[in-house]
Amino acid sequence: MIEVKNIKKAFGDKTVINDVSTVFKTGMCNLIIGTSGSGKTVMMKCLVGLFEPDSGEIIYDGMNFSEMNEEHRKGLRQSIGMLFQGSALFDSMTVEQNILFPLDMFTKNTSAEKLKRVNEVLDRVNLQGANNKFPGEISGGMKKRVGIARAIVLNPKYLFCDEPNSGLDPQTSLLIDKLIKEITTEYNITTVINTHDMNSVMEIGDHIMYMYQGIKEWEGSNKEIIFSKNKLLNDFIFASEFLRDAKDMRMLEAEGKIDNNRNMDELLK
Amino acid sequence: MKFFSEFGLYLLTLKGMFTKPENGKMYWKEFMHQCSEIGIGSLGIVAIISVFMGAVSTLQTAYQLVSPFIPLSTIAQIVRDTVILEFSPTLVCIVLAGVVGSKIASELGNMRVSEQIDALEIMGINTKSYLIFPKLLAACVVIPMLIVISMVLGIMGGRLAGTLTGILSPATFDKGLHQFFKPYNVFFAMAKSYTFAFIISSIPAFYGYNVQGGSLEIGRASTKAVVVSCVLVLFADYLLSAILL
Repeated sequence: MIEVKNIKKAFGDKTVINDVSTVFKTGMCNLIIGTSGSGKTVMMKCLVGLFEPDSGEIIYDGMNFSEMNEEHRKGLRQSIGMLFQGSALFDSMTVEQNILFPLDMFTKNTSAEKLKRVNEVLDRVNLQGANNKFPGEISGGMKKRVGIARAIVLNPKYLFCDEPNSGLDPQTSLLIDKLIKEITTEYNITTVINTHDMNSVMEIGDHIMYMYQGIKEWEGSNKEIIFSKNKLLNDFIFASEFLRDAKDMRMLEAEGKIDNNRNMDELLK
Repeated sequence: MKFFSEFGLYLLTLKGMFTKPENGKMYWKEFMHQCSEIGIGSLGIVAIISVFMGAVSTLQTAYQLVSPFIPLSTIAQIVRDTVILEFSPTLVCIVLAGVVGSKIASELGNMRVSEQIDALEIMGINTKSYLIFPKLLAACVVIPMLIVISMVLGIMGGRLAGTLTGILSPATFDKGLHQFFKPYNVFFAMAKSYTFAFIISSIPAFYGYNVQGGSLEIGRASTKAVVVSCVLVLFADYLLSAILL
């Protein structure tokens, strides 16, 4: 569990995060959503310590990250995995070397044990046999999966994903979402995801925080989002006519005005 | 004002390198990799420059020494001292500032822009220590070696040019090489090469590591790194000559 208490962050005169508090729960996919420039990425960078918040506290399972010195943070960071928007794979290394890197750096396992672990995680992300490929030789979706494999290779307790679906086709996006959800449940980790993707919101949003201009505007689950009356949230989530129609349908369903087992052909007539 | 803030950031970047390595073996591996990249990678260009530099200096010295009262072996003495004192350490380091400096700046800049440095930070690695320190150390080990090779090749190039053009015989050249040789000159050249090695690795590493933006900024940082390194090499060259000679 990660507790965020009254985080504030400004760059010069511009306040990017203004007094945000929330709790990211273990075993759940915690989504941070919002328009571009709403402070999602800065929020995530504050959570992992790439940016230092101006005030407020970040507490990882009772350990106050904000008060830790660099040495203690280093220890905690070994239990953090992160998937970056552009995957951030090391260009000069193969897929196998990329995943081996954290193992080489932080474990004293034998080469055979390390290689076994690499193959396990590659298997977990469905990338068997891609060991000797370079990042430049694989697709965007595969890069994301390698990024996930590298992030989970040290069995992290916390997983951060910065826009895991950006630049991917809808089908691959769904696969990545499914994979993140499965890993979160399987290893019981605290997953925090920054996303714009509405499919992700609806599919894996166990806990969603909507940010608007640096402020936490709304918080809830993917079940609750349909019934939210928050105008800013509705304008963001249900921006297209198609999604607005889908929301209306869901609400009518919930109110019992439409039969769940309705015949779509008849409805369309 | 910008100069002071940049200089302060440069010192902070250097200070940040000195922490206990997370895994000595990995740092050693990276150090050896950098030695190979900087040393072996630059050997070809250093060899070519050195041979021609020596050859040209023989021909030009001979062209200027027209007096029949000056023995021909003096040409070899002048070539030797020019190559050892100035051409090998300074000229080669100026070229290395371009070759090695732009490589270091663009490599680190690309890692910064593509969030690879952030990825390392998240893993709990001190990126200044892991990415900059091995480069700096490798440069300080390998560049003086390249300078020594350059001195030998420069003198050999001079000897070859003198022989091929018939300006002076190999025996006369060898005789000149042994005359009035001061070992202190080699010490001076080594002092220069260590100083220049530090400059041409730390300045590009600083500019590359602190890149902000995209590919355009990587190019700008790379160019700035080379320009600043070259100017500082020339400045340090003057200072060291004034102090040590």
